[in-house]
Amino acid sequence: MTSAGREPGVVTGPALDVEVVGMTKRFGALIALDDVSLRVAAGSFHALLGENGAGKSTLVKCLIGYSPPDAGQIVVGRREREIRSPHDAHALGIGMVYQHFALVPSMTVAENLVMARDDVPAVVRWRSERERLAAFMATMPFKLDLDRLVSRLAAGEKQKVEILKQLYLRRRFMILDEPTSVLTPAEADEVLETLRSMTRQRELTVLMITHKFREVMAFADTVSVLRRGKLAGEGRAEDLTSATLAEMMVGTRQIPQARMGRASHAGGATEPRLVVRDLVVEDDAGRRAVRGLTLAVRPGEILGIAGVSGNGQRELVEALIGQRRPRRGEIRVGGQPYRATRGEIRDHRARSLPEEPLRNACVPALSVAENMALRNFDRAPLASGPWLRRGAMREQARRWIADFKVQSQGGEAPISTLSGGNVQRAVLARELSEEVSILVAANPVFGLDFAAVAEIHDRILAVRNAGAAVLLVSEDLDELLELSDRLAVIFEGRLVHETLAARADIAVIGPCMAGHHGAASAA
Amino acid sequence: MASGPSGRLRQSAEALAIPVGALAAAMVVFGIAMAGLGRNPLEVYELIYRGAFASAFSWQNTLARAAPLILTALCVALPAQAGLMVIGGEGALVLGGLAAAVVGHLLVGVPPLGVKLAMALAGMLAGAAWIALAGALRQYRGVNETISSLLLGYIAIAVFNHFVEGPLRDPASLNKPSTTPIGDANMVGSLPGLDVHWGLGFGLVFCLVTYVLVKHTTYGFALRIVGGNARAARLAGLPVGAIALAACALGGAAAGLAGMVEVAAVHGSANASLIAGYGYAGILVAFIARQNPLAIVPVAVLVGGISASGGMLQRRLDLPDATVLVLQGIAFMLILASETVYGRLKIFRPERA
Repeated sequence: MTSAGREPGVVTGPALDVEVVGMTKRFGALIALDDVSLRVAAGSFHALLGENGAGKSTLVKCLIGYSPPDAGQIVVGRREREIRSPHDAHALGIGMVYQHFALVPSMTVAENLVMARDDVPAVVRWRSERERLAAFMATMPFKLDLDRLVSRLAAGEKQKVEILKQLYLRRRFMILDEPTSVLTPAEADEVLETLRSMTRQRELTVLMITHKFREVMAFADTVSVLRRGKLAGEGRAEDLTSATLAEMMVGTRQIPQARMGRASHAGGATEPRLVVRDLVVEDDAGRRAVRGLTLAVRPGEILGIAGVSGNGQRELVEALIGQRRPRRGEIRVGGQPYRATRGEIRDHRARSLPEEPLRNACVPALSVAENMALRNFDRAPLASGPWLRRGAMREQARRWIADFKVQSQGGEAPISTLSGGNVQRAVLARELSEEVSILVAANPVFGLDFAAVAEIHDRILAVRNAGAAVLLVSEDLDELLELSDRLAVIFEGRLVHETLAARADIAVIGPCMAGHHGAASAA
Repeated sequence: MASGPSGRLRQSAEALAIPVGALAAAMVVFGIAMAGLGRNPLEVYELIYRGAFASAFSWQNTLARAAPLILTALCVALPAQAGLMVIGGEGALVLGGLAAAVVGHLLVGVPPLGVKLAMALAGMLAGAAWIALAGALRQYRGVNETISSLLLGYIAIAVFNHFVEGPLRDPASLNKPSTTPIGDANMVGSLPGLDVHWGLGFGLVFCLVTYVLVKHTTYGFALRIVGGNARAARLAGLPVGAIALAACALGGAAAGLAGMVEVAAVHGSANASLIAGYGYAGILVAFIARQNPLAIVPVAVLVGGISASGGMLQRRLDLPDATVLVLQGIAFMLILASETVYGRLKIFRPERA
């Protein structure tokens, strides 16, 4: 890396052309990538599609140098290169934006940009750095206050900082791993539009991992589809349809269909089963994240909560499932005060599907069978008196692993060795196998492939149809519109809009999510 | 990954080989230090062996020292199941000893068996309260339990010294301030057929009970959930604070019982001899045993043996009696460092063919 040619912040030089040839990567017996070749032409916006475990992450990890491939070449700018570490990739101008932010929240935007350099000097001369940053920002299509703390930025802004960071570091080939999963549709469109215009001006080449066909159709020039480690198809986005893409992704496998109709008893006269009144919940920093929220969910209906992430959803869900104590207000279940103690959870048959299941709903070091016993280890048949019955625990796991098609090497493997989708299946098995009266679900399909999504949605609907009261908190509006009976919008810790899902109007919901609910909240 | 008998076997082999390897490395480092002092390392190790395990007498000495180590190691290993790192066993031990001495002195006219039981109970309660305090500071005030238990240990020692040298001092104890002796009748004797006091029995039983509790009861399962992921424990509706506090109290009770044993089986009264570092050596034992209650027993015997050989090194090689503490310290550092090796050695990785 010569300092003169690679001064950060100066946008020069054309987009990079990157090609992988015969890329193979094995993890023991598992072939994660099997002789994959693909080319991302300079200045193109290339989408990489595939189900969970199809090899997308493995491919980009090889490209960025985190785990070099076992076989195959990487050709950058028509010259074969060896990328043994992220440092090598950076030196070639290849950068990556991760699904989860890699920013330091307690630092400002400017500090984050400077500190991301591979060659941060021992003493930073902030005057010249700031001048250079200002000059750089002037050339950027979107503006951000350099002096704001990253912790104060919304998710969409943070994602922009991540992208700015790559551009500032003069990365000419940018890999993005599901960059829009934490953004609102409008934010996602803005970010992707910016990237596309930069590729059009041949300043940048983009390789984006995504699950969302809509984004592929709207923004990508070319598409590659991976399936079980192999290249299953590729082409120009304009020549492809959602149906052909779906078929490339899953092959001829049957996709669970059977969408059930909406509950007819929604809006009926039944007493609400879950009632939340004037709830106030603080976040970790002691700020009020939920500010006097009121809601009610009746048996046999799904109340969907829409909203941009960071408007109190996480704290609301944590309060409802017992992970956070509310500051004020009340939660009542079946008319009685509810504090999510073990006895209340058992008596009311309350279940939950929190986001990030490995972090929120599992004990990573314990086995699949032990994790599946989290709800009922202290009851017959898994316990007799104070004694655990290991045999019954194993038997339950064996049954549920089969019922929910959890792919694991038996119930005794630590659950942390399972893939994300299979962790979620194991949690689903635990939460939904027994009778459920109340279900609180938060982004239950986040990061899962669409066959798994359909299955999980079906299971949630089945729980609703069996008479459970379901609260579904999601950042995916399509998911909410598909599943909910009623839909509410959360903004800054309150519900600002509520409607029957059948009558939901995107033109009203969208502005409410963004905080413009003055006109709509008459309802 | 770790499925099937071969996977479990490999895991066990790893859990055994890494601490043993770290101990071997510690012996090499200590041997170099000994060579630097002009002593033949092999002779040093031979003497350590002879002082620890070569004769019936050295075995007695070793086991008598292992007994409190087993109990203080449980004071680390039990809270560790709940994810808490408590290193204040020394404080629980001295307060347990003090409480036992006071009870033993006060219960005049009670049959000896009653006095012994009361002393054991008092020792355990005192130790339990002290470590539960560290646990409560953590659960309800967010204070780091490692630091608070360590500092509470110093407070406990200060409290102990205050009472032993002040209000509770036996006027007859001239050179070494002590509480009034509990009396020969109330002393806890030796295990039948052995010349080792009952403390060893208490330790073995406590370890066994702890193992069964953790592995085979619903409380133990809840404890492992709390220790493995408190968020998941809350989702399951478990009373996280109460479960963790109970683990701290149980661990404190073990260390308190060690103090009672030191008073009622060794010294006959509470005095500065209790502050012998058993609480700290117990941390070493628990770490080498990887917080496994059953593994604590052999490790405590090993560490007890090393400390039992201190006198031998002093007499034969003219080394200071703290020499064995140097060996213990080196071993502790290398054991801690070896934690980073888990999962990185190729031979312990499951073959994926």
